[in-house]
Amino acid sequence: MRLSILDIGHSSGTKVLFALIRLISRQPVLDVIKLVTYRAEFYGALAREVTHEAMRGPSAWSVGDRELMAGFVAKSNECEWCTRAHAAVAERAYGGAVEVSGVLADLETAPIQEPLRATLRMLRKLTRQHAVNEADVRAALAAGVSCEQIKDALAVCFAFNVITRLANAFGFTLASPKAFEAGANYLLTRGYR
Amino acid sequence: MTDIRQARQALVHRILEGNGTASRVRRRAAFDNAEFEEPLHTLIKKVAKHSGQVTEEDITAVRASGLNEDQIFELVVCAAVGQATREYETALLALAAVSKKE
Repeated sequence: MRLSILDIGHSSGTKVLFALIRLISRQPVLDVIKLVTYRAEFYGALAREVTHEAMRGPSAWSVGDRELMAGFVAKSNECEWCTRAHAAVAERAYGGAVEVSGVLADLETAPIQEPLRATLRMLRKLTRQHAVNEADVRAALAAGVSCEQIKDALAVCFAFNVITRLANAFGFTLASPKAFEAGANYLLTRGYR
Repeated sequence: MTDIRQARQALVHRILEGNGTASRVRRRAAFDNAEFEEPLHTLIKKVAKHSGQVTEEDITAVRASGLNEDQIFELVVCAAVGQATREYETALLALAAVSKKE
């Protein structure tokens, strides 16, 4: 990463945790773990609370839908690291890759329901153009999305419009497919806390 | 429905008002995507609007200008959370306006 403190500046207790992660997963520690555990009282601890609620809190959206939103927001923010990481989680949550690969290739032809497609369009505009208007919201509602679902999707978008910017700025190093798989399994069983 | 209000507000309060190595004034300015001297100006603008364009050279230049890595870490976090906050709140306002009319 571009800041050495994020690679080697952690407390001794966190370094022990990293050794345990390497031992148990047999994979390197992912850069996102290094980020959220560095001076966790400043950013990481509270960011994990926000993300866990957005991704695993009660919602009409499934875990797979929200992980797909996360991956799609990442793609919209040109963050390959987060796109791959959350595509891997979404594929496991859905029990298949067709929805995820379809959305990442072409949202308009992807084999997903219209409410999810309309929501992803809105999130893409918010991420790329930094704003949405009443017409964008109405388009999602017209596709069958509820106001509560829009709020939940915006919460996902907030969480991932933070972390994808940080991944891009700090220069996360792409992990191997096996390391992303290990991370995906952890996020599905334990969440983000 | 999920509820991130409390945790999100706590995060914003912590990074802006809590202890840090960068001053509170500079953390607030990064959060607001306000004006800075170069090369910090370029880095903060990119984080907010074009984070995919941040380069190793951008970080190196800010470090060479005298900021230490903890200060850079804090200011980049503030810039990212600030921009995401503006986007989130803009979208919630649009949703509220639509809900009010229906």
